Formats: sequence, C-alpha cells, structure tokens
Amino acid sequence: MVAMTPAGDYRTSYRADTTIFPTRNSRIALFIGLALLCCAPLLLGRYELSLLINIGFLGIAALGLNILVGFTGQISIGHAAFFGLGAFTSAWLHEHLGIPVMLCIPLAGIVTALIGLVFGAPAARLKGLYLAIATLAAQFILEDFFARARWFTGGVAGRMTESPVLFGFAFDRDETFFYLTLAWVVIMFVAAANLMRSRDGRALVAVRDHYLSAEMMGINLAYYRTLSFGIASLYAGIGGALYAHYLLFVSVEAFNILFSIQFLGMVIIGGLGSVMGSLMGAAFMVMLPEVTQWGAEALAGSAIDQALRLGASISFLREMVVGAAIILFLIFEPDGLARRWRLIKAYWKLYPYSH
Amino acid sequence: MRKLPPKETNQGGHGGVAGEEPILSAEGVSLRFGGVKALTDVSFNVRKGEVFSIIGPNGAGKTSMVNCVSGRYRPTEGRILFDGQDITKLGPNRRAGLGIGRTFQNLALFGHMSVLDNIMVGRHHLLKAGFLRGMVYWWGGAQREELAHRAEVEEIIDFLEIQHVRKAQAGTLPYGLRKRVELARAVALKPKLILLDEPMAGMNLEEKEDMARFILDLNQEWGMTVLMIEHDMGVVMDISHRVMVLDFGRKIAEGLPEEVMAHPQVRRAYLGVDDEAVNPAEIDA
Repeated sequence: MVAMTPAGDYRTSYRADTTIFPTRNSRIALFIGLALLCCAPLLLGRYELSLLINIGFLGIAALGLNILVGFTGQISIGHAAFFGLGAFTSAWLHEHLGIPVMLCIPLAGIVTALIGLVFGAPAARLKGLYLAIATLAAQFILEDFFARARWFTGGVAGRMTESPVLFGFAFDRDETFFYLTLAWVVIMFVAAANLMRSRDGRALVAVRDHYLSAEMMGINLAYYRTLSFGIASLYAGIGGALYAHYLLFVSVEAFNILFSIQFLGMVIIGGLGSVMGSLMGAAFMVMLPEVTQWGAEALAGSAIDQALRLGASISFLREMVVGAAIILFLIFEPDGLARRWRLIKAYWKLYPYSH
Repeated sequence: MRKLPPKETNQGGHGGVAGEEPILSAEGVSLRFGGVKALTDVSFNVRKGEVFSIIGPNGAGKTSMVNCVSGRYRPTEGRILFDGQDITKLGPNRRAGLGIGRTFQNLALFGHMSVLDNIMVGRHHLLKAGFLRGMVYWWGGAQREELAHRAEVEEIIDFLEIQHVRKAQAGTLPYGLRKRVELARAVALKPKLILLDEPMAGMNLEEKEDMARFILDLNQEWGMTVLMIEHDMGVVMDISHRVMVLDFGRKIAEGLPEEVMAHPQVRRAYLGVDDEAVNPAEIDA
C-alpha cells in the first residue's frame, strides 16, 4: 500500500524521503507515545506493567520471527526453542562466567544467533513444508537438549536467574524493569526498521518475492536465507534473555511447540512483513486471554455463564480464543493488524469521505 | 514503426558504437535435459557495443541460450566467455558483479516492494553495507551509501519515465509499466551486457516504440551491449546490428538483419517448407 501523505508535504531531499516516520504528525505521535510509555510506571498498576513487559520481550522475539517469515518468506516452527536458548544462555553466562546481566542479554542474543545459523543452514536448500519439518526438528532437538543438559539448564528443576544491575541500580521491580524492556524494544525495532530500508533488508524481501530474479540481481540465496535465520535467532535470544531476567526463573518446560505456534500467531495477527505489526501481534496475544478472562468474569452469574460454565472452562477457553483469532485473521485480515491500522489512519485522514 | 536513421555500414550500425572485440562468446554450447536437446553446439560472439538479437520460432532454445548466459542453466557442453573470463560454471549471483543484467520473458518483479525498492535491489552488488551496518543506518555509512545510490537510481527513473509510479507497489502496475520497471532494475546493475528476453511481448505499438527508444538509448548513450530475444520482426530489423537465428536448438543463421531475413533456412523455419516460395535446392546448398 502506498503511504498516505497529506497534500503539501513535499520532501525536498532523498534523506527526508527515506525516514522511518514519514510525516510530521507521525513523529509527533511517536514522541507522545514514547513519553506516555515513560510515564507508564507512574500511571499503571503492577499487573498492567507486567503485561506491558511481556508484550515487550515477546514483541522483540516476534519481530525476529517476522523478519524470517514475513520478510524473507521462510518458515520456522521452532522459534520458542531459540527464545528458550536465549533465556538459558543469559542465565548460564551470568552464573558461570560472572558476566554482568546487562552484558549477558546481548551476548545471549549473539550466541543464539550463531546456533540459529547452524539450524538455519538447511534453509539454504529447503523450502516450504520441508523447511517447516526441518525447523520442527530444531524445536525438538533443543527441547531435548534443555531437558538433558543439567549443567546448562538445571534440568527438571530449572534455573534461577538474577536481575540486571547497572552502576548499582537494580532493575528488580516491574517499575524499573519496564524501562529496560522499553529500551531494548526501541533498539531492536529501530534496528529492524533500519535493516529494511538498507541493502540486506531489501535483499531478504527480494528473496521472498522472486528468488530467481533476486539471484540474477546478484543476491546470494543461500547466504540470505541462512542469514535471516541468524537474525531471527538474535531477536529470539534477546527476547528470551529479557524474559529470563524478568521472571528470575527459567523452566525447561516453557519452550514447547505450542509456544512456537503462538509466536507464529503473533506474526500472522500482527501482519506478516510489518515491523510494527510484530509488536501489535504480541500485544494482541498477551491481551486476548486477559480480555477473555475479563469477559468471562463480566458474564459471571448470567444465563450464558450458567449454560456454558464459563468459570470452570476459562483455562481452555483462553486457548480456544487464541486459535479462533488466528483463523479469523487468516480469513478476514491476512495482512494483520498493521494493515487494519493503516486503514483506520486513512479513514481519519479522509473523513467524512470514504475514498 | 518509427523510421530509424539509415544504417550506413554493417557492424558500425547506428552511431557506430559497436567494435569488433567480442564481449560475450559462446563456444559450442549444448544443453540437454535428459533426452531433450534444448541447444546443440551453438557458437556466437556478441561484440562490444552492439545490439544483438536472437530470433527463432517458439521452442527454438532462445531463452535457454539466454539462461545459459545469465547462469540459470549450466551448459552440458561448451563454454561461455564474458569479457575474456570463462563464466560457464559461475553462479548466477556472481554474474551481476561482472556486469551482466537481464530482464525476464514473464515478469519477475518483486511484487510487494515499491518500484523504487525494486530498482534499488538492482544496486545490490554495488552497495557495501551489510546487515549490521544497515541496522545502525546512521553510523557506519549505510545512509550515505543509500542516498548516493538513490540519486543515481533517480536518473534511471527519469530516463525510463516512471517517476509517477516510483512509490507504487510493483505488483499493482499495468503490464507495460512493469516491463519498464524491470528494465530499470536491470539497468541499475550498471551492466556492460544487458540481456532482454522479449522486451516488447504483449505491448501495443506505442509502448513498443517507447521500448525501442529506450533500448537504443541504452546502447548508444549508456554504452551497454544489448543481447535481445524478440519476436517482433519489425523491431528486430530496425534496431539490431546483427541477428542470430535458432531453430530446434541449432544455430541456422547469423549476420546482418537483411542477410538473415533473406536466408532460405530462416524462411523455412518461420514459414515451413513451401515449394513455390523456396526452392529446396537452395536450402540444401
């Protein structure tokens, strides 16, 4: 879709034409949004903050998967395993090598990226369903590794972690950890937006859209297909590391295939091939069970509640709603929330006209 | 068809840019898919600065030949030299850097990218910033590089008259424009040799005239050697310096356009054997 820019907004330099936020209004909205987020710990309760933190680290990991699935057109159903690998790596690096947690987080991302490159190597040759099965293998290999490698993961007991500390300041409460997550979200999303407007980002999209002509344009298919796994794993690793140092405990069972499917759900719902869509998808996936719960509580005692026993079935009702959301999005809005958001913006801009 | 200035000499052609030196040589190229012989012992030279056309009936192996040059297929036998270098076994993505660009018979644009991004992909091998420098855009030179190449790409956009669609999604454009964007993308590679696979297929007269003008300008002003497959004989005759004819994977003629058209075997390949039109004795000679 062509970006809708207001009349009279002329760009007079190529620099102005290649900015991430194209109009003045979008930049103002960005600053207001960031300012509001910075005030969030003052305005919101503990629980709401923890939801925002969840959206943050899941959003980072979802963005990684979106670079792989949405931008490069590959598929991975083992993303949660890399998320877990990041979590364990960061915890292990801190405990065994004594590296400060603040450094462990990016290091975990790099280690995960390297492992991701290894598992991404088949992607240079496989496509579609076959690649999906290969990544499924990655999921199970890593899950099995987590369960067996007691030295690394603490085995069944799991692994305790510690809060990040920077110059004596501990990010050990929701109010402070929120800022750390926010900083990483901003860094990782800006990096992705930058990537997409430079050489290698375009190459990834070219590989997705038409790999034969991409090759004729001088793009090394094997390199970019593998690289996209590496970048996806980098994001998963950093998201996972934040998760580990937020929950302060990493359990082996958390990173199963269902979690991987949830990441795919975030990417589909948010919008394949959209940077901001990844965050929207993560927000949707975090908020949906909350809304379901809230809906069930609101209906408590009513005729519907009595007929369906909502109170008793709330746990699997949450799972079902997530599944239904993915299906409905695939049918009615395959381009996800990102496209819906663009349509809403266009609607306001053109009001009261429809076109 | 617009009348071009008369061709004074043979290989000099319009403007006299073509030299004698070959930029591309195919030496005894054969291509087999199992039992199917797509190409049999095809040899030809494309000289620096000329417009060289390959013609022939459907299924003659024209696109196979171009695919061998661009690296999509690897010849079963024979070798291909570009600028004196043997490229027979070189991967397709390495050839862009050497200076071979191409367009496709069936459109092969990146449908979801903007026209501008499509053309910028053509700059891939000229840009240096990898993904890490891309991520930190402002530091490390990625932005400087992007803007410098953007300026050059804009010149190509101006030349091909696609300014009005530069921000449009490539997949939504009408056919004639898409062909032009594809040409722009190939030109962005800064190729020495540009391979055009049926650049005018499915176009109306006006679009064909535009395309012929672009090809001539590329050849004369931008100094690119053009290797073209085309079915429109009027265009081929008007703008080619030399023509090669393929039939059933074999080269049956090569030479100046008018020579080739008068060649009895070419007439037989195109029109079939007709006793009245062509004397069989002439063919076997």
